[in-house]
Amino acid sequence: MREVAVVGFTQSPSVRREPDRNEVEILIPVLQALREQTGLAGAECDFICSGSSDYLAGQSFAFVSGLDAVGAWPPVSESHVEMDGAWALYEAWVKIQMGYADTALAYGFGKPSMGDLPITLALQLDPYSVMPLWPDTISVAGLQARHCLERGLFTADEMAAVAVRDRGNAKTNPYAQVKGDFTVEGILAEPFLVNPLRKSDCAPISDGASAILLAAGDRATQICERPAWIRGFEHICEPMDFGVRDLGRSRGTEIAAEKAGVSSDKIDVAELSAPFTHQSILVERALGLPPETRINPSGGALAGNPLMAVGLSRIGECAARIFRGEADRAVAHATSGPCLQQNLVCVLEGR
Amino acid sequence: MAELTAVVGIGQTKYEAKRDDLSMPGLVREAAERALADAGCSWADIDAVILGKAPDLFEGVMMPELFLNDALGGAYKPMLRVHTAGSVGGSTAIVAASMVQAGIHDRVLCVAYEKQSESNAIWALSISVPFSLATVAGAGGYFAPLVRGYIRRSGAPEDTGIRVAVKDRQNALRNPLAHLHLEDISFDLVANSPMLWDPIRYLETCPSSDGACALVMEKESLASRRPDKVAWIHATEMRSEPTMFSGRDQVMPRATLDNAKNLYRKAGITNPRREIDCAEIYVPFSWFEPMWMEGMLITERNQGWKMTYEGATAMDGDFPVNMSGGVLSSNPIGASGLIRFAEAARQVRGRADQHQVDGARKALGHAYGGGSQYFSTWIVSSEKP
Amino acid sequence: MNAHDTSGTEGDGSPVTVLRAPIVLEYEYSAGQSASRFLRAIAEGRLLGQRCPVDGRVYFPSRGSCPQHAVTFGDEVVELSDKGTIVTFSIVRVPSKNIPLELPYITVNVLLDGADTILMHVLDADLDDVHMGMRVQAVWKPREEWTTSTENILFFRPIDEPDADYDSYKEHI
Ligand SMILES: [Zn+2]
Repeated sequence: MREVAVVGFTQSPSVRREPDRNEVEILIPVLQALREQTGLAGAECDFICSGSSDYLAGQSFAFVSGLDAVGAWPPVSESHVEMDGAWALYEAWVKIQMGYADTALAYGFGKPSMGDLPITLALQLDPYSVMPLWPDTISVAGLQARHCLERGLFTADEMAAVAVRDRGNAKTNPYAQVKGDFTVEGILAEPFLVNPLRKSDCAPISDGASAILLAAGDRATQICERPAWIRGFEHICEPMDFGVRDLGRSRGTEIAAEKAGVSSDKIDVAELSAPFTHQSILVERALGLPPETRINPSGGALAGNPLMAVGLSRIGECAARIFRGEADRAVAHATSGPCLQQNLVCVLEGR
Repeated sequence: MAELTAVVGIGQTKYEAKRDDLSMPGLVREAAERALADAGCSWADIDAVILGKAPDLFEGVMMPELFLNDALGGAYKPMLRVHTAGSVGGSTAIVAASMVQAGIHDRVLCVAYEKQSESNAIWALSISVPFSLATVAGAGGYFAPLVRGYIRRSGAPEDTGIRVAVKDRQNALRNPLAHLHLEDISFDLVANSPMLWDPIRYLETCPSSDGACALVMEKESLASRRPDKVAWIHATEMRSEPTMFSGRDQVMPRATLDNAKNLYRKAGITNPRREIDCAEIYVPFSWFEPMWMEGMLITERNQGWKMTYEGATAMDGDFPVNMSGGVLSSNPIGASGLIRFAEAARQVRGRADQHQVDGARKALGHAYGGGSQYFSTWIVSSEKP
Repeated sequence: MNAHDTSGTEGDGSPVTVLRAPIVLEYEYSAGQSASRFLRAIAEGRLLGQRCPVDGRVYFPSRGSCPQHAVTFGDEVVELSDKGTIVTFSIVRVPSKNIPLELPYITVNVLLDGADTILMHVLDADLDDVHMGMRVQAVWKPREEWTTSTENILFFRPIDEPDADYDSYKEHI
């Protein structure tokens, strides 16, 4: 395998609603900042891959306008996944591995505030038997949380503690959307949004974008003083049907973590994109994180959840801590689909 | 540095206007099972599944790869979903191949599909957000002015497009999987078909189809052991440029020219017209055959129409194009690019049945999309590079 | 919103072949900062373009950035004429749900005077008359009906000016 590292990361602030800016206008400053950070962010890259969703944008081929932010001239070698930008990064990493590219840009962007996100996500479900019932995404997650609570896998207190931790951590993150001094008691006093989930158990709806630059070998050390070397990069998809998988564990994350070699050494930092508190607990357990690991120092998805960029940002947040020397080894997680159906794990190291 | 990779299994559904005998999972599975059978593999032999399709709005399912996961044997495996507009089928093959070329997987399943009958594609393509002008009448409305631009520049005879349509529709009669089988196809039939988007006539346009296509790809050490011919991937290339900027040449975009140059360089091809035995090109409107003959540097600028006129692109010509009947005969949008790539592989494996080009050893697969701005191509061969 | 019906289920044991599940989603689009400025101007009958700081070319409608050079445009705007030249065109004889016009109609790519990018619009003219290089002008709605919408321009119409030289617009085809 080639030595490949994250050498740059930029993001827009997560906000509940970008009232003025369209997706391209959100993306352009993110890519400009990446160019300032690394010296390249557009046509200079050997390969470019983006992640976005037509259903979030409410029109077909929404990613095409994203290309306007890149400055794709002269023409670029470029691809797009209808997935979180974390998978776009994966595709870019593969292109470097095969020797097609030495540098690659991945970006993700989404503006879910334009529509009714929990209802839009119902369109991910089986179109013949489930979707016509229009189960919104919070209700589906609620079923999973109830399943876990009834099985005694964890308590509502433990769920609330996740939100307290993440939103407390987010206080130092200028890009985070929901932050502050929450308490377990305070959260448990909140009314149910969808029993057993309270508002604080749920990630916010966020508009935003983020971008990462990858580089191989010497290019990486030229661009970045302390690159975040990718030591493991795996993703696994489970079947969707709720009846055929164990909703009380994230089996896909477990497999991806094992293949990526998560447990082979200490982990300073972990960034998870689980959009619900109970899912965060399931992911933490699936990753097998030791007690000393600092989880979601940025606040994670519960503090800012720009769909299609949130997973990519987790990898970026880990990398940024390695750039700054705050961590030597970090694990990032991204997810997609109902109830943690699809999961990605990326292991990053300072050397 | 890249691991040599080959196409070892190909599966396609019958293409039809409406496959209401199958659900979406049934459709993709039909193609995938045929590809596995062709490759002599079982679901368990597959390391990862790469799925491509055009906009989710076509079928009304958001990220349909998620619910198709188990139908494609993807449970607890890596799964990737590609979407690059009309070129997506080609891009999906390239992404799938790269998984093997990078040494990450030994054998992957690549699937692309569209079930256009389950929604309204013209509607999904023409949704206009409130601030943009609603004056583009679907894909035909967008491309017809560009075709007119090509005619003006090249001085091509007005009936060039008719000749392409006749040729592709005749080829489709050799392909039992093709959607359109027009037994009475003739020059007059095309010429007298209604003018839809002037200068594009009805029979010069592609249909709207249901269908899926699947490929199994494998690394060299496995593929070399096979007794049957495989299609070795010599080179893949993708190029994109913005939809619009001042002075952009929309008729002959630089992205196609750059794509062709890089593809041939990587494949070690110096004279594409002579070294490539046949090509399956993305031609959704007949005029794009001469345009992409130029865009793929098969012939000189403004000379593409002569290839059609002289019969060079016919089955018995020196550079057969769209032996399968092409996009004009079958068009499940998200799969259309992959079908082109698959036909190229069928040809070099000598497995194209009635539409086989005799002795084809090196073939070009091609797809494009968006506003003539996304290009993906590959060169496959019966021989290792 | 989620009424569904099925066919083939009349108790005859035949398979269900069709399931209707209509999808209605509402979106609230943002024009974006740059398009907003353009739309406010068009509500006053003005057509705004913007100049790319890299090559000086005028983009119409005005937009936030140059797709070729990935630079943001400044606040400078360029006011354009509503006259222009037909760069290329098509006659459409197939209905499209998003265009409420009677068939056949003419779609045109117009290069407005002073602009360096084309505008796609429709032309009100004799089908036999339309040709590349033809000079045209926008026909606006009555002033009292103007809103922040591109629909303030109903269509283009030929004007009595000599055709533009092919070389003057050929790079915009
Ligand atoms: Zn510019």
